[in-house]
Amino acid sequence: MTSPAPAAPGLKPFAAMLRREFAGYFRTPLAYVFLAVFNAFAVSLAFFVGGLYESGVASLDRFFLYHPWLWAFLAPAAGARLWAEERRQGTLELLLTWPITVWQAALGKFLAAWLFLACALLMTLPVAFTVGWLGDPDWGVIVSGYAGSLLCAGACLGVAAVASALTRSQVIAFVTGFLACFLLVLVGYGVFDELLAGLFGPAGIDEIRRLGLWRNLEPFTLGLLDVRPIAYFLSVAFAGLGLSTIIIERR
Amino acid sequence: MPLIEAKHLSKSYGALRAVHDVSFSVDRGEVVGFLGPNGAGKSTTMKMLTGHLRADAGAALIAGLDVAEEAVRAKQHLGYSPEGAPAYGEMTVREFLRFAADLRGLTDPAASVRRTLALCRLEEVAAQGIDTLSKGYRMRVGFAQAVLHDPEVLILDEPTDGLDPNQKHEVRRILKEMAATKAVIVSTHILEEVGELCTRVIVIAKGEVRCDESREKFLARGADLNAVFRQLTA
Repeated sequence: MTSPAPAAPGLKPFAAMLRREFAGYFRTPLAYVFLAVFNAFAVSLAFFVGGLYESGVASLDRFFLYHPWLWAFLAPAAGARLWAEERRQGTLELLLTWPITVWQAALGKFLAAWLFLACALLMTLPVAFTVGWLGDPDWGVIVSGYAGSLLCAGACLGVAAVASALTRSQVIAFVTGFLACFLLVLVGYGVFDELLAGLFGPAGIDEIRRLGLWRNLEPFTLGLLDVRPIAYFLSVAFAGLGLSTIIIERR
Repeated sequence: MPLIEAKHLSKSYGALRAVHDVSFSVDRGEVVGFLGPNGAGKSTTMKMLTGHLRADAGAALIAGLDVAEEAVRAKQHLGYSPEGAPAYGEMTVREFLRFAADLRGLTDPAASVRRTLALCRLEEVAAQGIDTLSKGYRMRVGFAQAVLHDPEVLILDEPTDGLDPNQKHEVRRILKEMAATKAVIVSTHILEEVGELCTRVIVIAKGEVRCDESREKFLARGADLNAVFRQLTA
């Protein structure tokens, strides 16, 4: 035997994947552009559109109000490269002949992207501190708002992962991912109510509205920790992760 | 036990029959030249052997392990460089090899990377981004990731494609050095490579094995290898 007869590698391949993917965001200027754009929009929407300051209330609900829109746009931007880039570079063939399961690779990629989005979100903490400095907010509510926003990001990323698994073009992955997330935003605002009323009836419409992103994020911003929205975000995230994995396995 | 075994492999893309009932095995110490015209099914066969493509029928075994059933264990014994030697272009050569070493869970990844950089004469470009390298270096990077873990089975899809004569010579030199302890398949359409490098030849055309014999027998078929090749693949 010339090979060192490698032992069961356990978590090492997964950890290596997670590290590479996370570091990958910072290898190109894209990451910094992304972080800057996210912050600029998150803050300006809250202050200039949401009137966070004028409202005179020490709370971040006007800040989180726009997060479904932000994630619908920026999670597909961050997630577009997940698989599309591997396909374009031909490295998917390499990766799939290395001793790692598709599931380990997919989970590593997904968590790295989620972690990156978490970094973007954490960079908005000065907004929370500003509110804390100006008034006396309920910090529990702020923490739950951040948790909800992070879960919302994961759900959008799940959608983005599927879009990315389907194509070798990051642009196509971004556009389709964005459109799908955009639908999830609009559904919650009842945009399709008239269209859907005929199909599902008035009771059905309310159920469908519950599939919107904001409807599920709102309770978090009020400090209400409910099982249903948590389950909603996590199931969209992991359904997307699972579906993208299956697409890659069956390519 | 042969280190590489193809058992009745078949693969179709829609109506196109890419590979049909291909069987062969490769033992330790053998370097098999895998010859055939473009589109003959060479790459498809290699992709099935390496577990990248699922065979429609048949099985591929690496070191006795089925690449579909025991994928991760089988792939630990395998080094593979796909056609065109793809790599993560935004990483440096050292980062890329280190990632491959970590992903493979090697016990001393830093030492493996150092050894491989030296073996493939990549030290001088180790800190360069792979995207910035010349084709010759990029091909060597692809080769380097394949031999990083000193695998028993080496499958290389056109490893000398696009290299200048000196670089080709270099790749062949390294391969010959390692060949004694490994089972190697090298696909090529450079017929001279057969005489220089291989111990055995498999010719494939239209998805079927047309000839599988020792180098001596193959070379004895005629002085003009191009004519031999044309006749075999007609």
